[in-house]
Amino acid sequence: MEATRTQLADGMYLTYLPAEKFKTSLLSAQFVTPLRRETAAAYALLPAVLRRGTVSCPDMGALSARLDKLYGAHINYTVRKKGENQCVGFVASLIDDSYAPGGEKLLEPVAALLGELICDPATERGRFVPSYFESEKTNLIDAIRSIINDKREYADGRLLREMCAGEAYGIPRLGDEKDAEKLSLQKLYAQYGDLIASSRLELIYCGSARRERVEQALLEAFATLPRENVQEIALALPHAPRSEPLRVTERMDVTQGKLGMGFACGCGDTPALLMGNTLFGGSSNSKLFLNVREKLSLCYFASSVYHRQKGLITVSSGIEFENFQKAYDEILLQLQAVQQGKLDDWELEGARSTLLNAYASMGDSQGKLENFYLGQAATGNCETPEDLAAQVRDVTEERIRDAMESVTLDTVYFLTGKEQAE
Amino acid sequence: MNQSFYERIGESVYRETLPNGLQVCVVPKPGYAKKYAFFATRYGGMDTRFRLDGKWLDTPAGIAHYLEHKMFDTKEGNALQELAKNGAEPNAFTSNAMTGYYFDSTEHFEENLKILLSFVSVPYFTDESVAKEQGIIGQEIRMIEDNPDWQIYTRMMQALYQNSTARTSIAGTVESISHITAETLYQCHKAFYTPSNMILTAVGDVDPVHVVDLARSILPRERGEKIPRDYGTEPADIAQKETSMAMEVSTPQFLTGFKCTPAPEGEDYLRMSAIGDMACDILLGDSSPLYLRLYDQGLINTSFGGAFEMMPGVAYLYAGGDSRDARAVAGEIYRQAERLAAEGIDEDFYQQVRRATFGEQLRGLNSFENIAVSLTEGYFRGYDPFRFPQVFDSITKDDILAFLRENLREERAVLSEIVPKNA
Repeated sequence: MEATRTQLADGMYLTYLPAEKFKTSLLSAQFVTPLRRETAAAYALLPAVLRRGTVSCPDMGALSARLDKLYGAHINYTVRKKGENQCVGFVASLIDDSYAPGGEKLLEPVAALLGELICDPATERGRFVPSYFESEKTNLIDAIRSIINDKREYADGRLLREMCAGEAYGIPRLGDEKDAEKLSLQKLYAQYGDLIASSRLELIYCGSARRERVEQALLEAFATLPRENVQEIALALPHAPRSEPLRVTERMDVTQGKLGMGFACGCGDTPALLMGNTLFGGSSNSKLFLNVREKLSLCYFASSVYHRQKGLITVSSGIEFENFQKAYDEILLQLQAVQQGKLDDWELEGARSTLLNAYASMGDSQGKLENFYLGQAATGNCETPEDLAAQVRDVTEERIRDAMESVTLDTVYFLTGKEQAE
Repeated sequence: MNQSFYERIGESVYRETLPNGLQVCVVPKPGYAKKYAFFATRYGGMDTRFRLDGKWLDTPAGIAHYLEHKMFDTKEGNALQELAKNGAEPNAFTSNAMTGYYFDSTEHFEENLKILLSFVSVPYFTDESVAKEQGIIGQEIRMIEDNPDWQIYTRMMQALYQNSTARTSIAGTVESISHITAETLYQCHKAFYTPSNMILTAVGDVDPVHVVDLARSILPRERGEKIPRDYGTEPADIAQKETSMAMEVSTPQFLTGFKCTPAPEGEDYLRMSAIGDMACDILLGDSSPLYLRLYDQGLINTSFGGAFEMMPGVAYLYAGGDSRDARAVAGEIYRQAERLAAEGIDEDFYQQVRRATFGEQLRGLNSFENIAVSLTEGYFRGYDPFRFPQVFDSITKDDILAFLRENLREERAVLSEIVPKNA
């Protein structure tokens, strides 16, 4: 696949990903804006309010009817964190024109609706419709609160917040409950104006239509988008590592404990860290999976994630409360093994092929492609999955050892039961 | 080898039944880098009581899932590692009526397929390895017990069904799995992991003849006997009207379920499934008048949704999500079902839902896993899932109304709630 990214207008880019093998096409419109505590909750709320109605489809019933008639096209709002940027917007999925039973063209009407959702929202007296604002504000607060329902997600989020307190990377993607509660109808419309006028708009298309047709449809759909002083995206600042690890314990009425550990990477060799993390805890063949879970039966899950944009590795695990120390020691021991290069040949090649397989199969999923290319655009990177695969192929054992030696324990977060002794 | 081409959805399927009874399906997907194989047995969480060698056996709840975990052990080590070494992404799942093992890989497909076929057909357990798994699965069970979605669903099933083994949690309990031994695992494998009870599906740019040849050379020649199963005799009435539990959650959650009349196997099964899906969308899908009204009133949010599910001897339609007033939402759903049953379905809305449902089915064909699971499910229940456009053509508004009138009645409904602790 020949992926291209071109500028369509001031601060408006199209990533075009031609593909004929899918039953559907994907069209995404995402505003990329620096993640800030003051605006995170407001920007997270915006696409939800916009999704409630436009001038021509003033309520969800009218929107749904229009989408259903386009053979069940979907337009979902999304709020994502990419590096230290917040990406908010819509992802549309529509069946490919060749499968429309009546031979209809579906790309143009879906692009037009996407443009309407962003440029022509339903309003009352120069503000958003008050009932839409109120109910979506409640939904946002509920969504922020409900993170606690999934204890793993909750613990992972808490670890990052503690570790990156004071840094943009520590701000949750939906903002804070307190900030969400303070949002006002008056202010939100102005914030909407700021967002659509001054932040970069990334458009992504994946499907069988020719590029000229896609460009034409999008230029028409976004003809009235205001563009003034379009801001630069934020490049993530490096995390300042702690010399003495921060330790946080939280108590809750749960039956399984969650141990999260955050590590700072003091080295910029991304491909080597990608490999190192895959060996450590990034696959079902990693040291964490095979030792902490399979060999010692200490937990149901133990895995690690490498945060490429920020230079961090985080470990997430679910354990019996009383196994805290055992699991903690074992996780550090496994990290040490990677740092000392205690690797079998199969481990190294297995990790490499896990990563290569992931890059090679990315082109088979429109959702993964969209997420990948948005991440690249939002962090100022332009490698393709093939480029990244080539870099991974070149990584040597020595480079992995060197890169992983720079990894230091920074923060430990433990979610435990109410009755547990220290 | 039989090839069927499905023009309306642009797919084709090669099928062959081997002499040992194994069904093989290959779905060619040119242009994709990924190749996918799915090897499944008609055996799941609800198959706890069955007859083997002339004797009825009662096995512990959770044993099918336990067996799934243990199948990856081989005499040489662990099949997960073997597959991962080749860059494959292997995994497995156990549902109520099926256990499936699969991998996807961009390279070494045939080598990986050999590994898959071998480790699933050759059991290797020791008392020690079985005992060790109790720690891992015990943790998995504790994790899902903390999960409100799982609690609310399991409790709804237990309220809907009096005797059916659909009530049984697929993973079992920490107590039930403590009774599992290497011997019971061997018995279950012997009973259900036989070629005539299994199907292999490959999706991707693969050679169908090669897939069949590999299956022929690796799998046993014996068909295996047909195993009678006992799912329990299920009356039409629900077990319990309401169930509620307190957990550490932020907002109350609920599910309401309607106990529906199960469909016979064959194309009727697919037809009923399509009717149930459309009835669900018409009643409470996100473009239905009810959804829009409840959303506007703030009684539901985007977490709200519903589905129609079927398994052997069981069919139910259910819906739920977060709500401050579960009782009010459930009541509105029952009233709306009554209203539709009495007044009929708006023609424009019906056509709109038909279009959307077609698009939804087509969208599902982007996913290799979805293709393989639906072909497997279809094989086990005696229908061809790729005939959905034809089956849709045969469904009328009256079919949906008849379904609504028979099944979506308040006396057939249960309510399962999770409320916040300390509230």
